[in-house]
Amino acid sequence: MTYQPIRFYQTGTFTVGNRLLPDEQRSVQANMRRTNSLNSGHRACQGCGEALGARYAIDAAMEATHRQLVAANATGCLEVFSTPYPETSWQIPWIHSLFGNAAAVATGISAAMRVKGRHDVRVVAQGGDGGTTDIGFGCLSGMFERNDDVLYICYDNGGYMNTGVQRSSATPPGARTNTTMPIGDSTGARFGQGKDVPAIAMAHEIPYVATATVAELRDLEAKVRRAMEFRGARYIHILVPCPLGWGHPSADTIRIARLAKETGLFPVFEAENGAVKHVSKIKVKLPVEQYLQPQQRFAHLFKEPQRRDIIERIQQLADRNIRRYRLLDNVERRA
Amino acid sequence: MLKQVEGSAAVAEAVALCRPEVICAYPISPQTHIVEGLGRMVSAGKLAPCEFINVESEFAAMSVAIGASAAGARSYTATASQGLLFMAEAVYNAAGLGLPIVMTVANRAIGAPINIWNDHTDALSQRDCGWIQLFAEDNQEALDLHIQAFRLAEELSLPVMVCMDGFILTHAYERVDMPSQEQVDAYLPPYEPRQVLDPADPVSIGAMVGPEAFMEVRYLAHAKQRQALELIPAWADEFRNIFGRESGGLTHTYKLEDADIVVVALGSVLGTIKDTVDEMRDQGVKIGVLGITCFRPWPSAAVRDALSRAKRVVVLEKSLAVGMGGIVSNNVSASYAGSPDLVHTVIAGLGGRSITRKSLHKVFAEAVEGRLDTLTFLDLDHAMVERVLTREREQRRSGPIAESILREIGVVAAKIG
Amino acid sequence: MFQVRIHGRGGQGVVTAAELLSVAAFLEGRHAQAFPSFGSERTGAPVVAFCRIDDQPIRLREPIMAPDALIIQDPTLLHQVDVFGGLSPDGYILINTSRTFEELGLGDFVSGFDRKHLCTVPATELALKHIGRAVPNAALLAGFAAVSGRISLDSVNAAIREKFPAKVAEGNVAAANAAHAYVVAQLQEAARA
Repeated sequence: MTYQPIRFYQTGTFTVGNRLLPDEQRSVQANMRRTNSLNSGHRACQGCGEALGARYAIDAAMEATHRQLVAANATGCLEVFSTPYPETSWQIPWIHSLFGNAAAVATGISAAMRVKGRHDVRVVAQGGDGGTTDIGFGCLSGMFERNDDVLYICYDNGGYMNTGVQRSSATPPGARTNTTMPIGDSTGARFGQGKDVPAIAMAHEIPYVATATVAELRDLEAKVRRAMEFRGARYIHILVPCPLGWGHPSADTIRIARLAKETGLFPVFEAENGAVKHVSKIKVKLPVEQYLQPQQRFAHLFKEPQRRDIIERIQQLADRNIRRYRLLDNVERRA
Repeated sequence: MLKQVEGSAAVAEAVALCRPEVICAYPISPQTHIVEGLGRMVSAGKLAPCEFINVESEFAAMSVAIGASAAGARSYTATASQGLLFMAEAVYNAAGLGLPIVMTVANRAIGAPINIWNDHTDALSQRDCGWIQLFAEDNQEALDLHIQAFRLAEELSLPVMVCMDGFILTHAYERVDMPSQEQVDAYLPPYEPRQVLDPADPVSIGAMVGPEAFMEVRYLAHAKQRQALELIPAWADEFRNIFGRESGGLTHTYKLEDADIVVVALGSVLGTIKDTVDEMRDQGVKIGVLGITCFRPWPSAAVRDALSRAKRVVVLEKSLAVGMGGIVSNNVSASYAGSPDLVHTVIAGLGGRSITRKSLHKVFAEAVEGRLDTLTFLDLDHAMVERVLTREREQRRSGPIAESILREIGVVAAKIG
Repeated sequence: MFQVRIHGRGGQGVVTAAELLSVAAFLEGRHAQAFPSFGSERTGAPVVAFCRIDDQPIRLREPIMAPDALIIQDPTLLHQVDVFGGLSPDGYILINTSRTFEELGLGDFVSGFDRKHLCTVPATELALKHIGRAVPNAALLAGFAAVSGRISLDSVNAAIREKFPAKVAEGNVAAANAAHAYVVAQLQEAARA
């Protein structure tokens, strides 16, 4: 793990003053020579977590690959807001084919580069949670199983946001979406088994799997760079809050993402060949309410009569993650 | 070089001669021998440099081909029937993106009910997607069309579907003249893409096009296919010059010059039709054949010209537009200047039912005598279907038709006595 | 045009037999078309394969309904499937068996046939002896060559050598030679009788 957490606080924010850091610890975004792969002028909402994550991730990938990068993008918010025909904000070779085939298209690009002897050119596939955990799941697993040389990045905002906020298999239980409205007996999205795609990726024992959030952007960059040190199938799953779909102020995107991590609801870790190698510990464990309450999509749980039972079940999910991934900093439990 | 080989093997060898760079395929009857053959060649190093990718579905197969083609590699896949439908979204996508992918469709019926035998419903279900569609009459033409297909695709920047009858051609051993690598190289230069994914010159491919530009984009797709109507015969001519035989082009005509009755068809059934026509000509009947080789773009001028002197047209097709009638005949009618009453649709061979000279003689004779209905299903068990329809009128019942038929011919009868 | 229909069961090499016959004809400079009739593939299920041979290109695609010759690889089909459908009284019949036509219950049926066109050969036994596997197709093709004279034994053996790897091919050629000799002897005996 190359990322060193830097504790440097400026008033009111957690941003790091990059000019005060040595070169090798600066973020890619702080570098004047960054490639701006996802350039300004795109049409994302104010505060879009996905735009933020993609910008950091792809510029880091460009740096790691010496600017030899091709991207395949699934249908979704990122694809739509980045390419409002006849404009594009991508400064890299980029293709959008269909909703469910980003992984397969990337496999094809990778094969073409290999045939042409262009081994320096690397391929990244991008999709939202809908395009990855639902409709793109078959192609994703196929790519993993063949160990194709592709880095797949999933931008997880917990729903089909581009089509107007509908539920996906990544939508957290209890959340309101337009297909899981808390009307009548319903309390939002149901408690199913969940679909832990990072764990599924690990079950394929591919070279590298990592999760990240847009609250720790240098960590995200470091993981993308780390991923590019491997050949074969790699997967990075990034939690990207959606102010519109989640119902929080656009200025709070990073703060909400941090709360997801610090409550244990979104474990942040790295794995290689199916085994967890590093976990990003929770400094101070926060109760899930602190994450849920600032978001309108959970408001129905807090309106009278409060659904403490649902909140408690969500807390249990967080606690399970904490146990499973040993997320708490100072507690070494023995079985 | 002359060889006696299975149709699938001939196609695999022809595709290999075209120097494909990425081959991706998912197995489905009756295409399996083609991709197995190519897989063996790649493993044996006969096709280097070439990547052979075993994908997890047909949707993945076409998607991998899309990525590879967009990145500048000559890409190939093959499928049939259910597989073609499973990849339908990607099939349209490839055409819309203008990617010169070549795909073999080993024509097979579409379920339900599931049926692995030959008919043309699969390819024709995709007739409007923007792919060029070529139909082979025999295995020689099947292998030749693949060579022409890569050239067409790359010159036009459009994907090309080469259709060959499943089992009837794919699994038939026939004599073919296999070209040499030199001949193919003379005909097919290396792929030079118009727009390619390359870090040296970034492009964004696949943006969302709104109402302000979509009509123009689609018009241009249509215009481009129509332009192909001039180029396809030209490249067939060039093919003849290099390989020494007639193959491909828009149509093949047979004994058409003084024909009163013209039979129109696609694919291998043309062989049986020609034998039948020869026998009828011996009896003095003025009957001829129009074989459609290029179904899309629809060769309207060539068809209109071929049918201009016909007094009656019989379209014999292995396809059905449920609720409407013929698919091919619908296209033919649009190009026939005479009265619509003079175009007869004969639906034949669905799901692989054999089309025999005996049955053709009968139906062509009816056409000659003016007794042929507008729509006929060749060799239909009329008594049985009438029984089913009668029972359904009396007793409303829903469910699969095939299982419903069993009540007439199978299970119920077994219970009696 | 000469049309051969081959009947057998899945796993007996019926489809390969038709293919080999077409290759043999090709090697003699003739046009040939071989194709199977497809049912659901399953070992033991009845299978039919067809081969047409002609000096002109063959355009016809229908199944062979009026065969000039029948090769029956499995006599258990005789009373289960209409193997003889469309065969003219001039036609050739070659059956894989060590029994006679009479013993197979076909005495009445073949009474109108030219005896010189009828033949049995214990192809499975010959295959077991020379190849070590109960695949009678090569032997039957050689027997067909002998009884019909429409294809030469040399061409059949050349086709076998083209299709199979060396060791397997030699076993099949040995079985073919033995079957050919057997049929020739059988026909000579019938002529003397």
